[in-house]
Amino acid sequence: MGALMSAADHPEHSDLTDRTGFSLEQIGVLRKRFKQLSHNEETLRREHFNEIPDLACNPIRAQIIEAFFDTRNFHQNGERTVQGTVQEISFKDFLVVMSHFRPPSLHMTEEQREHVRREKLRFLFNMHDTDNDGTITLEEYRHVVEELLSRSGALEKETAKCIADAAMLEVASISMGHMEPDEFYEGITFEHFFKLLKGFDIEAKMNIRFLNMATTLCK
Amino acid sequence: MASPGVRVLLLLVLVSSAHGDASGINRTRGNRTLTPEEEEDSQQHHNNTKAFPVLSFNFEHVRKPFEISLWILLALLMKLGFHLIPRVSHIVPESCLLIVVGLLVGGVIKALDSDASDTNSSVPVLNTKLFFLYLLPPIILDAGYFLPIRHFTENLGTILMFAVVGTLWNAFFIGGMMYGVCQIEAAQLGDVDLLSCLLFGSIISAVDPVAVLAVFEEIHINELLYILVFGESLLNDAVTVVLYHLFEEFSHAGTVTITDAFLGVICFFVVSLGGVMIGLIYGIVGAFTSRFTLHSRVIEPLFVFLYSYMAYLSAEVFHLSGIMSLIACGVAMRPYVEANISHKSYTTIKYFMKMWSSVSETLIFIFLGVSTVAGPHVWNWTFVIFTVILCLVSRVLGVVGLTFIINKFRIVKLTKKDQFIVAYGGLRGAIAFSLGFLLTDTHMKTMFLTAIITVIFFTVFVQGMTIRPLVELLAVKKKKETKRSINEEIHTQFLDHLLTGIEDVCGHYGHHHWKDKLNRFNKTYVKKCLISGERSTEPQLISFYNKMELRQAMMLVESGSLAVLPSLTSMQNIQPRDTVKQRVIPSISKRREEEIRKMLRSNLQKTRQRLRSYSRHDLMMDPFEEDLSEVKFRKQRVEMGRRMSHYLTVPANRQETQIPHLRKVNFEPEHQVFTYDDGKGDGGSSAPTNPSPPLVIRHLNETNQVNSPGGGNDAEDPHGGEEQPRLARFLSDPGPKEEEEEHLGGAETKG
Repeated sequence: MGALMSAADHPEHSDLTDRTGFSLEQIGVLRKRFKQLSHNEETLRREHFNEIPDLACNPIRAQIIEAFFDTRNFHQNGERTVQGTVQEISFKDFLVVMSHFRPPSLHMTEEQREHVRREKLRFLFNMHDTDNDGTITLEEYRHVVEELLSRSGALEKETAKCIADAAMLEVASISMGHMEPDEFYEGITFEHFFKLLKGFDIEAKMNIRFLNMATTLCK
Repeated sequence: MASPGVRVLLLLVLVSSAHGDASGINRTRGNRTLTPEEEEDSQQHHNNTKAFPVLSFNFEHVRKPFEISLWILLALLMKLGFHLIPRVSHIVPESCLLIVVGLLVGGVIKALDSDASDTNSSVPVLNTKLFFLYLLPPIILDAGYFLPIRHFTENLGTILMFAVVGTLWNAFFIGGMMYGVCQIEAAQLGDVDLLSCLLFGSIISAVDPVAVLAVFEEIHINELLYILVFGESLLNDAVTVVLYHLFEEFSHAGTVTITDAFLGVICFFVVSLGGVMIGLIYGIVGAFTSRFTLHSRVIEPLFVFLYSYMAYLSAEVFHLSGIMSLIACGVAMRPYVEANISHKSYTTIKYFMKMWSSVSETLIFIFLGVSTVAGPHVWNWTFVIFTVILCLVSRVLGVVGLTFIINKFRIVKLTKKDQFIVAYGGLRGAIAFSLGFLLTDTHMKTMFLTAIITVIFFTVFVQGMTIRPLVELLAVKKKKETKRSINEEIHTQFLDHLLTGIEDVCGHYGHHHWKDKLNRFNKTYVKKCLISGERSTEPQLISFYNKMELRQAMMLVESGSLAVLPSLTSMQNIQPRDTVKQRVIPSISKRREEEIRKMLRSNLQKTRQRLRSYSRHDLMMDPFEEDLSEVKFRKQRVEMGRRMSHYLTVPANRQETQIPHLRKVNFEPEHQVFTYDDGKGDGGSSAPTNPSPPLVIRHLNETNQVNSPGGGNDAEDPHGGEEQPRLARFLSDPGPKEEEEEHLGGAETKG
C-alpha cells in the first residue's frame, strides 16, 4: 500500500486540508479507515463504533463514542450553533473530530499555542458536559469519575462520589476563592475549566500520531 | 561563624591522622627490622616486672574504620558548612565546592607526606573498587527508585537514541580526531595508536549521572529536559562498558577484524538486555518478598536495599551493565513494594536512600579533588586542549544531528533551547575517571588521566556554574513546583483512556495502546501475585485520592491554626440546595478518633497556644475545657478537610456525649492508647478477618449505629465507616484491621 492520494482524486480533500490541518496522505489513510469502519457506507453510526473490539474494554467508551456524534465538536471553536447529537456522521465530521488530536506544530506563537490549548480543553469540556448546558455540574462530574473507576472491579459508589466531591471543591476554591456559606457553586464553566487545567500542558499531551503511510490497519 | 573553625579543626584532626598513617607505616617498617633484637629484649623484660599500663595508645587497631568515619564526617561537615555561607551556595554548585575541598585536603596530605620521603603516598585515591562497589550504587539506586516513570517511558526512544547513538558518535569522533591530532609532529604523541585513542574516546564520551544529578538537582529544570539528560546518562552505561572492554581487548591484540566488530555489537545487546533482565528478576523477587513482610515491618527497608545491591553485584559478575540492572530492579520493585510496605518503612527507605546517595556523592567529589592532587600527572598541552575542545564540539554536533532525526518521530518536538540545554548538560564525572584508572599501560594512562581530570574539571566547574544563569537567561521552563491536584490526576487518567480509545478508532496500535495493554496485564496477573491483601485491586485513582487526603489532613493538623485552611469553600457551597437542609449527625468511630489523635499528639503542645478563633458557621461548641475542646476542634477541622459530603455541623449534644471517651485518652502515654481502644472499640478490634472492604464496612456500620447515642442517618454511615480502612491503612500499616492494631502495639513497644 502506501499509494499517495493526489488532490485530483478527491477534490474535497484539499478543502479539508485547510480546515483540519491534516496532510493529504493522512486524510487518505483516515478515509480508508472510515470506509473500513462504516462497511463502505457514506456515514458512520454508533453501532459501527461498537464493533471495534479494542474499544470494548475502555472504561470511557460511551463518552468517546458520544463525542464523535456531538455537534459541538463539529466546529473548530466548539461553539454550538446546532444543539444536540446526531445519529450519523459524515467523513468530514469524523475528520474534524479527529483534528482535535493533532499535535501542535513546532513553531507556534504563544497566542496560537493558547488557541490550540483552548480547543483541546473545549473538546474535553464537551465530553464532560453531557447535557449541553455549558457547565459541568456535580452530578456530571461524579458520572465521569464513576466511569473512570468502573472497570477497576469492586468499587463502592461512595468512593467515586467522594473523589468527585473533592475535585469539585478544589475547582470551586480555585475559581471562586472565598464563598459565603449560603452561596452555591453552580458548576464548572468553561472558563473555570480552562483555568483549572492551565498548568496541565494539554497541548503536549492530547495528541495522537497520525500515520502518513497506509499500513495494514487492525480491525 | 562555625564553619571555618570547624574546618580548621577537621583539617587538624585529619592532618594528625594522616600523619599518624605516615608515621604508622614507618613504625611498622621499623619494627620489622628490630624483631630479632626485640625478641631478646622481650625475653629480658619478661624477667623484670613491668608496670601495668594505665593509658596506652593503640591506633593501628581502629585505623581503618577510624579513617573511613573521619572522611565521611569531613564530607558531611563540608556540606553543612557550604550552606552557612549564603552567597557562595547560590552561585557555585555544591559539586564544585566539594572538589575544591578535596583539592585542599589532598594538598595538605601531600604536603605532609612529602617530607616523610615515602614513595608510596598514603593519600587515599579514588580507586576503582571503592568507587564502583561502594560509592556509585547508592546514587544510582536512589535515581532509579525515584525515576519519574511516566516521563521516562514517554521519551524512551529519544533517550535511547541519545544514549546509544550519541555515545557511539562521541566515542568515535573524539577517538578518531585525537588520533589525527596525535599524528601532528609537534605534539610528540606519536606513540599513541588508534586503538588507544579510541579507548580514550570511549572513556571520555560518556555523560556521567553523578555530575548531572549534582548540577541538575539545583537548577530545577522542567521534567522533560531533566529526564532526557539524566536518562541518557544512565542508559549510556551499557555502551560505555562494551566499548571500554572492546577497545581494551583490542589494544592488547593489536588488530581488529570484522568478526570482532560484529561480536562487539552482539556484546552490546547482551550487556544491556542482560543487565535489565537481571534487574527485573531481582526486582520481582523483592516485590514478592515484600508481600510477606506483614509481621516483620522493621526489616522491610533492608529487603529493598539488599535486593537492589545484589542485582548490581550480580550484573557486575558477568560484566553486564550494573547500572541498568540497578535501575531495572528499582523500577520493577517500586510499585509493588510501595503497596505492600507500611508507611513508616516507606519513609525509612526514602530517607535512607537520600542519605546514602548524598553521602556517596559528597565523597566522590571530595575524592576526585584528592586524587587530582595525589596522582602522577603527565601534562601535554596539545592533548589536553584538544580533548576539551573536541568533547564540546562532538557533543554539540551529536545533539544537533540526533535531534534533527529524532524530531521527525516525536510528537512534541525539541526546540533549539532544549537542544542547547541537552548539549550543555553533558557533564563528565567520576565514572570516566575510574574507568581511566583501570587502564594498565602506565605512561599513556597518566596522560589520559590528566586529560580526563581536566575535562571533568572543565565540565563541572565551567558548565556547572554557568548553566544556572543560562537557564535563567534563556527562560527555560522550570519544574512545576505544585503537587498534583485531584483534578489533574482525574484528567491524566481520563486522557489516557481517551487517547487509547481514539487510537483504537483510528485503527493503529500506537504508544497508548501498548501502554494500556501493559496496564491491564499488570492489573490482572502481576498485581495479584505481588501485592498482598485487598490492595491488589485498588485502582490508582483511589490510592492517589487517599494519599492526597492523608497529606492534607496531616498538613491541617501540623499547621495548627485555622487560618491556613486551604480552601474557604466547603461542601455546603457545592451541594445542591435541597440536600443542604438535612442535618446529619456523623458518627465518628473510635478508630478514627484514635488515628487522628496520634497525629495530634505530636502537635498538642504547639496547638494549645494557637487556638484563637473559629468560624461560627461551622461549629457550635462551648469551650469549657480548653484542651479537650481543642482536640475535638482539631478533629472537626480534619473532618472538614476530609470533605465528607454529608458533614455539615456538629450539634453540641453530640460532643458532650463523646467527651468522656476523650478524657480517658488524652494524656496517656503512647503505648496505652490501645487499652482505650480495646476497652471501647468493639468496632475496631473485633472486626472480622475479612479483607474485602464491604463486609468490614457493614460491620462498622452496625457498631457505629450501636455506639452513637445521637443516632444517625443510615445512608450516610457507610461513608463514615468506609473511610476507616483507608485512613487507618495509610497512617500505620496496610492490611486487615485487627492485625493493624497488634502491629501498632508491637511496633510501638518495640520502640
